[in-house]
Amino acid sequence: MNIETLSPFVLSLITFVPAGGALLLVLFPRRDRDIRLFALVVSLLAFILSLHLPAHLVRSQPGFQFEVNSQWITSPNIHYHMGVDGFSLWLVLLTTFLTPLCVLISWRIHDRVKEFFVLLLVLETALIGVFTALDLFLFYFFWEATLIPMALLIGIFGHERRVYAAVKFFLFTMIASVFMLAAILWLYAKVGSFDFVTIQNAIRTGQVSNFAAASLWLFLGFFAAFAVKVPLFPLHTWLPDAHVEAPTAGSVLLAGVLLKMGTYGMLRFNLGLFPEQSRRNAPWIMALALMGIIYGALVAMVQPNLKKLIAYSSISHLGFVVLGIFSFTGAGWDGAMFVMLAHGISTGALFMLAGILHERRHTYAIREFGGLATPMPIYAALFLFMVLSSVGLPLLNGFVGEFLVLSGTFRAHPVYGILGATGVIWSACYLLWMYQRVFFGKVTQEANSTLEDLNLFERAALWPTIVMALLMGVAPLLWLGVIDPAVRNALEPLARVASKMVGQ
Amino acid sequence: MSGLPQTADYVRILPELVLSIFGIVVMLLEPLFDERRSQRTLGSIALIGSLVAIMASVFQAQNPGFAFWNMVRVDGFSVFFHVLVTTIAAVVILTSYEYMSVQRIRAGEYYGLILFGTVGMCLMSSAVELVLIFIALEISSISTYILAGFRRREAASSEASLKYFLLGSFATAFFLYGVALMFGATGSTNIDKISPALEQSTVPPLAYLAVALMFVGLGFKVASAPFHIWTPDVYEGAPAPIVGFMSTAPKAAAFAVLLRILFEANAPGRFWLIWFSAVLSMCLGNLGALVQTNVKRLLAYSSIAHAGYLLVAFAAAPEVGVSAAMFYTAAYAAMNVGAFAVISHFANAGEKYVTLDDYAGLGRRSPVLAATLTIFLLSLIGIPATGGFFAKFYVFSAALKADLVGLTIIGVINSAVAAYYYLRIIVVMYMRESREEIPVRGIPLGLGTALVVSLAATIYLGVLPGRVLDYALASANQLMQTPASAAAATVNPGR
Repeated sequence: MNIETLSPFVLSLITFVPAGGALLLVLFPRRDRDIRLFALVVSLLAFILSLHLPAHLVRSQPGFQFEVNSQWITSPNIHYHMGVDGFSLWLVLLTTFLTPLCVLISWRIHDRVKEFFVLLLVLETALIGVFTALDLFLFYFFWEATLIPMALLIGIFGHERRVYAAVKFFLFTMIASVFMLAAILWLYAKVGSFDFVTIQNAIRTGQVSNFAAASLWLFLGFFAAFAVKVPLFPLHTWLPDAHVEAPTAGSVLLAGVLLKMGTYGMLRFNLGLFPEQSRRNAPWIMALALMGIIYGALVAMVQPNLKKLIAYSSISHLGFVVLGIFSFTGAGWDGAMFVMLAHGISTGALFMLAGILHERRHTYAIREFGGLATPMPIYAALFLFMVLSSVGLPLLNGFVGEFLVLSGTFRAHPVYGILGATGVIWSACYLLWMYQRVFFGKVTQEANSTLEDLNLFERAALWPTIVMALLMGVAPLLWLGVIDPAVRNALEPLARVASKMVGQ
Repeated sequence: MSGLPQTADYVRILPELVLSIFGIVVMLLEPLFDERRSQRTLGSIALIGSLVAIMASVFQAQNPGFAFWNMVRVDGFSVFFHVLVTTIAAVVILTSYEYMSVQRIRAGEYYGLILFGTVGMCLMSSAVELVLIFIALEISSISTYILAGFRRREAASSEASLKYFLLGSFATAFFLYGVALMFGATGSTNIDKISPALEQSTVPPLAYLAVALMFVGLGFKVASAPFHIWTPDVYEGAPAPIVGFMSTAPKAAAFAVLLRILFEANAPGRFWLIWFSAVLSMCLGNLGALVQTNVKRLLAYSSIAHAGYLLVAFAAAPEVGVSAAMFYTAAYAAMNVGAFAVISHFANAGEKYVTLDDYAGLGRRSPVLAATLTIFLLSLIGIPATGGFFAKFYVFSAALKADLVGLTIIGVINSAVAAYYYLRIIVVMYMRESREEIPVRGIPLGLGTALVVSLAATIYLGVLPGRVLDYALASANQLMQTPASAAAATVNPGR
């Protein structure tokens, strides 16, 4: 059988293989070992399937590929429409790449194992669905569907204040996304379709009645949902709580993928549907992004809690993504996409590393540690590697994206570029200082002197991220080659909008 | 208007006939059995009765038209509500088996009353004569008044029954006043004759008052604000399966009547009435629910809020609005009956365990029940892949189609607020350890079947809502047809 014939089904397969696996898991007897193994096999299968996408993507062809489009519900006119382009392709792969690692890092979970892996796999399906859906309804469907497994993962398997964190996470995102639902419904009422491409064309050709008056509110409706997810300063308060209380795998997926739903949504929907409003609102959004970068970094600096520190560093890094997106330059968008991927890998790995420490000592407090490099040399080495990648050391993955974002921003607004660049310095400060306090010097606590170094599963979970971080730093073109055509394709109509606005 | 009723007339009230006959049989057999055995046998007879009634309703669909001198109209709309109401009755009877034996309640009248109540509700959806609607309303109400007081040993239950009865009779009186005034304004009590009279350029001012008074009466029955005060107390006191019944079936029937009066009769001045009632119901219902610790009271407030969402559809454009409202009643029935089935199982003897604290750790003690209740609650929140989501979705998109942006935004914000209190139950079930060991019984067959049916309906409506919605749309269009053409199309060939 020719593997190319898989193309029309491959997206549906990638999306629903994890959910199918979860369904089988429900019927599984409660033998924990088998359940873990099965979850690993299912998530690896999804990963292997997803490799089909970059292998068979036609780079010269703009627009969506691997499309499926069939009627789901006749009235209202809802389609099962999926497809990927340069924006979403790598995000799908990021999800399928991180999930097996999450399974590995959660090998030691003993309580309610079945529920844990069922939720994890359902979450994977919903996440992939968010990135592949091209029907606004389907998108909203998956968007909301991510909420429940994530909230339950935090609420059932988290740490002490898990219930508070889970409810806060749920309510923040739920309340914000109903505004998006209202905007989607408005568009449907005017256009008569939920199809992203159809709506986009209708808006471009000016067929939507009353659009000029409503577009600001529609833009804000979508933006509210995405800004909470990113999270953009000052809507970020749910994130540190959620991260600190979440189990390790939950944190990895939360930071690695869930936050990217927000930035992906901005790129795809805010800029794709409302280019003019995006331009108009860019100044204050960029200002908020800058505040997020600097505020996140400063707060991270003073955190006594390792996981909270990484959480605030996420706020700072995601600020770069938003900054890049609203710079409206090719370099800024390339960079934003690349930061999303790089942050997913390195912060995901940092959360795994923090989780490993918590498993041994049951605390995240930085002052409880010190001199860990002596009892855990391999762990310390891997941690350093990830810290450097997150700081943005050249030849590692963090550097490329931040450089592109800053160069794009600098071209659009020099002052913003300069302020944004300080964020890189801050991140070096807080991450290296944290590293120094945790790993260098003498072992200060008796309990730390006998800590066990990484075991097999933990190494299996960490090495792929190390390899990926290096690869992305050395050969970024492998990724950018796919991203860039999509970026140029998306920028083209924006340039037209810009000239129209200047001409006014 | 003359001549004897013919066979076709009887076919058009077949479900009502079937239900009445089975109800009478249950009442007659009741004294013949001893107390222990009566429970199961009479329940089974009632169940068979409701199942036959479902079949009769489906059969009736082949035979649309008027019956009994234009007092009853069988159309897609009425068949929809017939099937809905009789199915709810069947599911509630299934839930009641276990409940009755645990609470040690004598069975006979209980099942009989459910069937008689269902007769009234069925008739409400197909009657087009206001006086007949009033009679049907009374049949359904009186049955539910008594059913609410069936936990005779509990003071709360008697209070519920009395409160419901007094306020309910008051409300039906309002309805009757409205009918009388409508007769004064238009010279008829038949909806199809009222409609042309109201379409004339000068609507008699009396008609506005009539519509408002009828709205008060029906607003009480559907528990919409500001006529909702009775709901929490009555729901708290009444037996749990009956709460599942009366929060769905009579409500659906009353909504059917409202739809007929407001849209088929083209009632004047309805918009602002509905608008205010919808906004008040949503806000008061959700705010009230936020602070409840008793699960039954919580769901009572939630049902007020849901009546509000439903009224949003009434404010929208006729065709889409009517179909959205029909879909909503079905979806709400599925999830609410299911939720109350779980609650009634879990409440145990004397309904001891109905506070939020009692639900702590249910996820561990009884994973299946907890997961089922979770799905119903998620549906009540309106999470995708459940019927509740599409229900809200259709309602709000219908409202937006009519450019009711303000109403939609209020509704959407309300549904976000509502997530909090439903979520609280889920959180308590899964994320808190139980403090005392509350006995957990296995799930008996009847309850299991009831749960499977309502779960299947909830998920079916959430994944493949197309067929039900298409049906609702078609029958809404039929309802909107001018009565003259409808009458011409369906005139009885036998006459």
